[in-house]
Amino acid sequence: MQPIGQTPKEFILSIDALTVSFDGFKAVNDLSLYVDENEIRVIIGPNGAGKTTVLDLICGRTKATSGSIKFEGRELTKMREHEIVHAGVGRKFQNPSIYEDLTVFENLELSFPRGRSVFGALAFRRDQEVIDRVEEVAEMIFLKDQLRTDAAILSHGQKQWLEIGMLLIQKPRLLMLDEPVAGMSVAERVKTADLLNTITKNQSVIVIEHDMKFVEDIAHRVTVLHQGKVLSEGTMDRVKHDPKVVEVYLGH
Amino acid sequence: MPTVGFLFSKKEWLYLAILAALLLIVLPASVDIFRLNLIGKYLTYAFVALGLVLLWGNGGILSLGQGIFFGLGGYCMAMFLKLEASTPEATKIQSTPGIPDFMDWNQVTALPFWWQPFHSFTFTLLAIILVPSVFAFIIGAAMFKRRVGGVYFAIITQAVAAILTILIIGQQGYTGGVNGITDLRTLLGWDIRTDSAKLILYFINAGLLIGVLLLAQAVRMSKFGRLLIAMRDREDRVRFSGYDVSNFKIFIFCLAAAISAIGGAMFTLQVGFMSPSFVGIVPSIEMVIFAAVGGRLSLFGAIYGALLVNAAKTTFSESFPELWLFAMGGLFIAVVMAFPFGLAGVVKDYVEPFVARRLPVLLGRGRAPQPQAAQ
Repeated sequence: MQPIGQTPKEFILSIDALTVSFDGFKAVNDLSLYVDENEIRVIIGPNGAGKTTVLDLICGRTKATSGSIKFEGRELTKMREHEIVHAGVGRKFQNPSIYEDLTVFENLELSFPRGRSVFGALAFRRDQEVIDRVEEVAEMIFLKDQLRTDAAILSHGQKQWLEIGMLLIQKPRLLMLDEPVAGMSVAERVKTADLLNTITKNQSVIVIEHDMKFVEDIAHRVTVLHQGKVLSEGTMDRVKHDPKVVEVYLGH
Repeated sequence: MPTVGFLFSKKEWLYLAILAALLLIVLPASVDIFRLNLIGKYLTYAFVALGLVLLWGNGGILSLGQGIFFGLGGYCMAMFLKLEASTPEATKIQSTPGIPDFMDWNQVTALPFWWQPFHSFTFTLLAIILVPSVFAFIIGAAMFKRRVGGVYFAIITQAVAAILTILIIGQQGYTGGVNGITDLRTLLGWDIRTDSAKLILYFINAGLLIGVLLLAQAVRMSKFGRLLIAMRDREDRVRFSGYDVSNFKIFIFCLAAAISAIGGAMFTLQVGFMSPSFVGIVPSIEMVIFAAVGGRLSLFGAIYGALLVNAAKTTFSESFPELWLFAMGGLFIAVVMAFPFGLAGVVKDYVEPFVARRLPVLLGRGRAPQPQAAQ
């Protein structure tokens, strides 16, 4: 659990002594977390444990009060949001966050990592490379036949998939998913688990999830957060039987 | 993939043809030069409305201070024309000949240094575009880099419009004060007050307007245009897809400013003066109403909106001058409540389906439909 004798270089992401305080309330309190290359890490914990705040801190949406977040050796706390994306961190929000007034194709196209400056966007051409890549990703997220559909009329589950697709097309080296199966039907959940199993091969992933069945299916290691601190960490089996975890979270 | 043709869809090319025919043939052929000059004046506001379609309709950034840029463009042009009209011979009765008359009245004895470059026409043309763009860049960078948006941005643009008006009025020795810069006569020796000049200026103005419309459409059709819509809907998602959102907002604000400034410069040329009454809060809000009435998502709508609201304003305020502002406010509320997409929305929801039903009949008579609300 503790990275004794390991240099931070071996981790794709190392969070050290991270603290963020909102008007004195420490949402994340002296947190340290290390994610290996190609590891699927699931963060669980009761409401208000600071799970989403941790993702916000990694992707730059919230600025840390103190501590450090290193991604592939680069300090993220000093970088702006789009620079963190360029560095290779992709983040899916809790509620599907897609462009409802645009088509599925356009949603994916805007996420394609080219022409991200003002003049790059003006000069951007929809060439074969873009079309091929959009179609390839659309196939993975089960939306191949909906490319010309307005994103607004997709079902909730399809919107979640679309947002996952918008991340995939960026080829991030660290993928962060905030409750990817929340609000999905049972059938959609199964499909999503398949999708995540496909896309998370050889990929570092951080997932926040409440669905224990789903967590057991995908997690390599689990981190339990409680009141902004790590309560327990390890394999699902280990964590499940940790009395502290049972008391504050699983027992309820 | 969505196929749209070059710049416009077929339907939109038809609308463009109708607009061009209306502005370049029908109107010049059917109204006298006094009315045509008036229409030319309305069309200068249409530039601002086009900028607002990009900025507000597509980008979701409401500026209530576009009069700033219309005014800056107009003042740049007015300064050049005023200097040309203020030759030492023409102003020899002044205590300091060769400077604009209002400076002389205000005991200014030498042309201020920042007026000097406006002797050059090339500099003036560049300034018309660059001065408002740089000003917009400064406001935009200060606001958008700090993530100021929405209502706060609208209020700040309004405050800047008010400040600029007060500044212009207060510094009357340098700006002509509340009267503005008046008594403009010639452009490079060409008398702009004659009927023939007004006719030519009208066509230049209409041509520029159509050019700007095409430019705006090109921006909308690029990935930049889709990003604007994406930013309007989900700013965070755009940011976390690797875009520096503030740069995109600054750019579109500058572009809208430059477009407005062209309108302002054409206003000065056609109307023959420029004053702070086209800079402040009220004109800026009126310009937003033009775009709202026409339909804030439609470039064509913006032009028709500017034409119709101004025509209504002229007609109405001749008979009931004190009621006009109330009527305009009422119109704005009515449009927002009942037709959020303005005239363009009405055309899309009612006129187009109607035409589509009747199209076979109309085609049988061999006539193209007349779908725009141009009456």
